[in-house]
Amino acid sequence: MGFSLEGVRLTHANGFHALRGVDLHVAAGERVALIGASGAGKTTLLRVLAASLRPTGGRVRLLGGEPWVDSPRVLRRLRSRIGLVHQSPPIPPRQRVVTAVLAGRLGQWPLWKALASLVLPVDPEGAARELARLDMAERLYARCDRLSGGQLQRVALARVLYQQPELLLADEPVSAMDPALSELTVALLNEEAVRRGVTLVASLHAVDLALRHFPRVVGVKEGAIAFDLPAAEVTEALLRDLYAAEGALPLAGEMPGTPAPGLPPLRCA
Amino acid sequence: MSTPVRDPAALPRLGWTLLALVLLWPLLRLTDFRPAALFEAGNLQAMGHFLGGFLPPETAPEFLAMLARATVETLAMATAGIALSMLLAVPLGLLMTRSLSISRLGPGRGGWVGQILRGLARGVLAVLRGVPELVWALLFVRVFGLGAAAGVLALGITYGGMLGKVYGEILESTDARPARILLEAGSGRLAALCYGLLPNAAQELVSYTVYRWECAVRASVVMGFVGAGGLGQLMDQSMKMLNGGEAASILATFLVLVLAADGLSGFLRRRLA
Repeated sequence: MGFSLEGVRLTHANGFHALRGVDLHVAAGERVALIGASGAGKTTLLRVLAASLRPTGGRVRLLGGEPWVDSPRVLRRLRSRIGLVHQSPPIPPRQRVVTAVLAGRLGQWPLWKALASLVLPVDPEGAARELARLDMAERLYARCDRLSGGQLQRVALARVLYQQPELLLADEPVSAMDPALSELTVALLNEEAVRRGVTLVASLHAVDLALRHFPRVVGVKEGAIAFDLPAAEVTEALLRDLYAAEGALPLAGEMPGTPAPGLPPLRCA
Repeated sequence: MSTPVRDPAALPRLGWTLLALVLLWPLLRLTDFRPAALFEAGNLQAMGHFLGGFLPPETAPEFLAMLARATVETLAMATAGIALSMLLAVPLGLLMTRSLSISRLGPGRGGWVGQILRGLARGVLAVLRGVPELVWALLFVRVFGLGAAAGVLALGITYGGMLGKVYGEILESTDARPARILLEAGSGRLAALCYGLLPNAAQELVSYTVYRWECAVRASVVMGFVGAGGLGQLMDQSMKMLNGGEAASILATFLVLVLAADGLSGFLRRRLA
């Protein structure tokens, strides 16, 4: 089932060309890492794959459907089969973790079940199971405003795992986590994709994480694909060219260059 | 060489402020606004005389019994009116909320349908609240005769218009992203509302609804004049008979009801915090 993009272009309302003709074909069950400098277009590309941004030109096929050709009803069903982990997950601060995770299946549940679950969670065991894989089980009934950035990212991840999408997308899913946790989390995403045989596309800021965990690595530069290679064939020269604008290669755990003290670590938008 | 650090927004701000003042002045002239008149000796005496007539408040048991019955009637009318208005306001307010639009994702197809519906909802709400409740009440008195039914219906319609508009605007100004990512994952509009918007907006929605209920209690004074019963009718009778003491007791009752609404609103806000 997988997906394919043909000549996909996307120009934002302010005239910025976010994607300039992207061709990308990914078969079902493939695991792909997107890397590239800040503002290269990784997030835009993922949102096109999530059927949440409509390209200005080109053709998008996702899981055997054409989101911008199919009827709204079919599009909605398609969207419920795609899960995107957001970089800074917008989860309401007053919501409890269990509700935030169960919200992953809103696309599959009938309305009465969604409403009933607000009164009494219908599947706390299911939510607890996904949270446990991320070492968050004990926070099941905590409120989301009591969580740290990294914990919130794991709640968002648990939500998408609970959704059980056929196309699993992640936009810098570990940007707020420490190196050890990042490693575990990226490994978990890959393990999930392999176990359920679903397609995984994740953008990562840390190049070494991408190369270690993903069989296929796609470099994005200035809204186009710079290279699309098996991880073993990605050379340092290619990477230096990809990150020419940032000056140094972003690696997990350590900062590129020596930043001034107190500055937040570099992250892709 | 000096670097320009002047705020580029300063000049426009000054301009708008001056424009507002220039527009305000003729309005004040037009309404004959002379605060000094409040403190002229003759006027102070007239006001004192009027207010003096309100003392002491009436406390005769038979009047208090009547007052209690009228209070219950008013509360029932206000509550029924607000309940009715929510039947109108909730669907129309939701219809107006852009952040619950699925066709705006992408953007997808059929966006014009949503735009027309949102415009229609906005128009309907404007008509509902554009006509004052007194006019609605006068209309319904001709159907239901004098009594509470006309008042409840009139309140429900006008307040439905107000609540719907403000519900829509509260939901619009709430962070739209939680609902959007749910819609992007295939969720329906109502589920996205409950899981994405309400957790952030519930406090404000509840506090505005309770405030409108408080207004409905006061509005029953107006309703009393068309014979809709309750405190309004009692007030009407007392004023016509120039019985200041009774009017003072009725006003005190209003004050207690307003304080009670305030307490309820505070309690609910704390519960939802």
